[in-house]
Amino acid sequence: MMQEHLIKVTNVSKSFAGVQALKNIDLTIKRGEIRCLAGENGCGKSTLIKIISGAHVPDEGDIEINGKHYKRLHPIEAIREGIQVIYQDFSIFPNLTAAENIALNSELAKNRRFVNWKRVKSIAKEAIRKIDVNIDLDAKVENLSVADKQLIAISRALLQNAKLIIMDEPTTALTQKEVNALFKVVKSLQQKGISILFVSHKLDEVFDLAEKITILRNGQNVIDGDTSQFDKEKFVYYMTGRKISESHYELQQESNQCLLKVEKLSQKGSFYDISFDLYSGEILGITGLLGSGRTELAMALFGLNPADSGRIYVEDRLTEIKTVQDAIKNRIAYVPEDRLTEGLFLQQSIGRNIIISTVEKLLNKYKLIDSEKMNIQINHWVKELNIATPSTHLPVQALSGGNQQRVVLAKWLATNPKILILNGPTVGVDIGSKTDIHQIIRELAQQGVGVIVISDDIPELLHNCNRILIMRKGRIVGEFGGKSITEKELAHQLSAT
Amino acid sequence: MSVQINKQREIKSFERLKDLKAFHFIIEDSNLTRLFLIMIFIFVLMTAMKPELFPTIDNLSSMAFQFPEFGILAIAMMIAMLTGGIDLSIIGIANLSGILAALTMVKLIPEGSSFNHVMLVILLAMAVSALTGILCGLFNGFAVARIGIPPILTTLGTMQLFTGIAIVITKGTAVYGLPAQFSYIGNGTLWILPIPLMIFIVFAAIFTVILHKTSFGLKLYMMGTNPTASRFSGINNAVMLMKTYMMSGLLAAFSGLIIIARTNSAKADYGTSYTLQALLVAVMAGVNPNGGFGKVTGIVFAVLTLQFLSSGFNMLHFSNFFKDFVWGAVLLIVMVTNYIINHSKKKVSKNTNK
Repeated sequence: MMQEHLIKVTNVSKSFAGVQALKNIDLTIKRGEIRCLAGENGCGKSTLIKIISGAHVPDEGDIEINGKHYKRLHPIEAIREGIQVIYQDFSIFPNLTAAENIALNSELAKNRRFVNWKRVKSIAKEAIRKIDVNIDLDAKVENLSVADKQLIAISRALLQNAKLIIMDEPTTALTQKEVNALFKVVKSLQQKGISILFVSHKLDEVFDLAEKITILRNGQNVIDGDTSQFDKEKFVYYMTGRKISESHYELQQESNQCLLKVEKLSQKGSFYDISFDLYSGEILGITGLLGSGRTELAMALFGLNPADSGRIYVEDRLTEIKTVQDAIKNRIAYVPEDRLTEGLFLQQSIGRNIIISTVEKLLNKYKLIDSEKMNIQINHWVKELNIATPSTHLPVQALSGGNQQRVVLAKWLATNPKILILNGPTVGVDIGSKTDIHQIIRELAQQGVGVIVISDDIPELLHNCNRILIMRKGRIVGEFGGKSITEKELAHQLSAT
Repeated sequence: MSVQINKQREIKSFERLKDLKAFHFIIEDSNLTRLFLIMIFIFVLMTAMKPELFPTIDNLSSMAFQFPEFGILAIAMMIAMLTGGIDLSIIGIANLSGILAALTMVKLIPEGSSFNHVMLVILLAMAVSALTGILCGLFNGFAVARIGIPPILTTLGTMQLFTGIAIVITKGTAVYGLPAQFSYIGNGTLWILPIPLMIFIVFAAIFTVILHKTSFGLKLYMMGTNPTASRFSGINNAVMLMKTYMMSGLLAAFSGLIIIARTNSAKADYGTSYTLQALLVAVMAGVNPNGGFGKVTGIVFAVLTLQFLSSGFNMLHFSNFFKDFVWGAVLLIVMVTNYIINHSKKKVSKNTNK
C-alpha cells in the first residue's frame, strides 16, 4: 500500500553563516496534489525548494519521500525519487533544438556513446504528446517563446519519470493566454497522479489553480490550509504580516499644464503613430504585452533610442530628444525595466549610485566634488525614501530588491524631474516596499510631476493611474480611466489579438 | 509597526553582514594593506640579504631614477583598465612621442644656441610630445568608442602602428644629441630628490585627485562598473572613453619624455617589455580587469615592490631570467591570495543574503 503523501518534510531548519533561513518548516504534498508555496522575497521559498531537491542539506529535520527517510538528500537521489524543479531560467540550451533539449538528458543518462537523431526526435515527440501541446521540435530553443521554453522544460522533467514537479514562479513572463495554457497542462499532469508545487505570489493564479496553500514568512510556516479558507486580504496579510489597504489614485484637480505631448511618434519595428498627452499631476499607465513596444517607446522618450519620426513637445516646446543628456536637460527621468543591469552599479556604493546623475551639481568652485554637499545629498535621499541600510558606503548589491529600487528612484528624484517614466517600478519588490513606492509616486504626482508608469501588473495600474493606455503590436489601441475599467476587462484587453 | 520591525530586521541582517566583512571598501582597502605589507616585506628581505648595499642612499636614489617612467606607464594602463578596457599601445606612444620630441630638439637647436633659445625649443619639444600622446590616445579612443573595436584589439593594432611610424621616421636608428638642459629632466636632482621621482609624485597626486575628487573620476569608475547603467544614467560613454584614452596617451608621452631624457636618446624599440609589465603591475595593484575598481595608491605600492625586487636581484647577481620568474611568481601570489580571501568573503555574504 502506497502512502497517501508523496513527500513529507518535518521540522526542517537551515541557517547560512548564522542567519536562520528556515526554522522548523513542515510541508506535506500528497500524490496528485497541486500545492502553492507563497511568501515574499527572502522568506525562504527558494531555500526550501533547494532542500527538497537535494541542493542544500538541512541542519536538522527529516525528509520523507515515497516512504523513505532522508537526513541528507543527494540531488541524484532526489531525481531518482522523481523530484524535478523547473527554475525560472528553465536550464535549457538555447543553441540546441527543442527536440535535443527534451531528449538529450535521457540519452546521456543511458550512457550512449553515439547519438541516434531519429531516436532523439521520437523521444521528444512522445514527450510533448504526453502533455498534449504543439511545439516545433526542429526550432532552435532561443527562437521560441518563453511559454514554449517552459513546456520544453516540463516535457524534459516528465521524461525523467517526475512524480513531483516544482515550478518556481512559472508565470512571471507569460501572457494571460499562455498562463491559461500552462494551467491546462498542470491540471492534466495532476490527473496523471503527478504532484505540483507551484511557487507564486500572484493571488489570482494561486486561487485558480491550487488546492492547498502553504505560506512562509521569514523562514517560518505561518499557515497551511485549503485554498477555500483564504481570501485575498487574508492571503496578503499572511504573506506580509500587515494589512494593506488599496485605494484609487484620483487627480487632485484637472491641470491644463501639458508637460509632455507626443505626436505620431514612430520607430520602425517597434511602435507606430503614438500620440498622447501627459498633464501635470497625472499618473499615466501604459501597458501591453512584452513586445508591444512599450519599453521601446519609453526608451525613445528618454533618448536612449530615438524615434524615426514624430514630434515631442515638452511643456509646449517642440523638443528634440536624441540623447539621454537631452532628456535630462528637459527634466525627464527614467527608471528602467531591468534594475540590475540598467539601473544600478551593483558593486558600487549606495551613495555613489544615488549621486551619479547629479554629480555636476555637487562641485565646489575648483570643480572638485564637495564631499559635504555630497553627503548631505546622499543622506537626504536615504532618509526621504526610507532606504534601510546601516551605511551608504555599502555596495548597492547588498540591498534587498525593494531598497535597490528606492536607490534607483533616489538617483532620478535627485535630478528634480518634471516628467518621470517608470518601467516596471515594482518588479521583484516585496509587497511592503511596493506599497511604499506607490505612495512615493502618488506624492510626486501631487507635487505636479507628470508620471508615466509602464507595467503589466494590472492591479498596480488600476490603483495608481488616473488614465491607462493599452499598447498592442506597437500601437495604442485603447485608453481608459483608472476607475472605469475592471481587472478582468483590462486583462482581456491586454491579451486580445 | 510591522514596517518598523521589518526595517529593524533588515538593518540587523546588515550588521551581520558587516561582521562578516562584506563591506566592499574594506575588501578593497585590505587588498591595499596586504600589498603594502608585501612591499615592506620585500624591502626588509633585500635589506637583510644585502645590508651593506641595499638600504643605502645611493641605491635608493638609483631606484628613484629607474621606476618613474615605468610607474607613469602603469598609471596610464590603470585608467584604461578602469573603463574595462586596456591600453597596450602605451609604450608605442611613449617612443613615438619621444622620437618626435627628440627630433624637434636635434633639428631646431644648432650648435652654440643661446640658453633662451634652447629652453624655448625644449618647451616646444615637450608640447610636441604631449600633443602626439593626446592624438594617439584620441585615435585609440575613437576606434574603441565610436567604431566599437574591442580595446585589446584596437591597442594591439595601434601599438604596432605607432611603433611602425617611429621606425619609419628614424629608419630604426636612435636619435642622439639632446641638449644637456633637457637631460636634466631624466638625470638631475632637486636637493636630494631625483627629478623623475618628482614628476611621478606629481602625476600620482594629480590622478588621485582626478579619480577621487572630480565628476570625471566618479563617472569613470561607474562606467567601468556597468556601461549600460551609465548610459541609462546620462553619462556619455563615448566621450568618457575618448577622454580616458587621451589621458592614457598623454601620460605615456610624459613617460616617453623621461625615457629620452634619462637615456639621452630616442629609439623606436625602447622598453618593449614595459607594456606587459605595466599590465602586471596594474593587476597586482588590484585594478579590476573588468573595470570600475583600482587606485593610484595600489599602483605606487606595486611598482615599488617590483623595483625593490629587481634592484635586489641585481645586487645578488641573479640572472635576468630569474628576475622575470620571480616577478611573475609575486604577481601570481598576490592575485591568488586576493582571490581566495575575497572569494571566501563573497561566499559568506552571498549565503547570508538568502
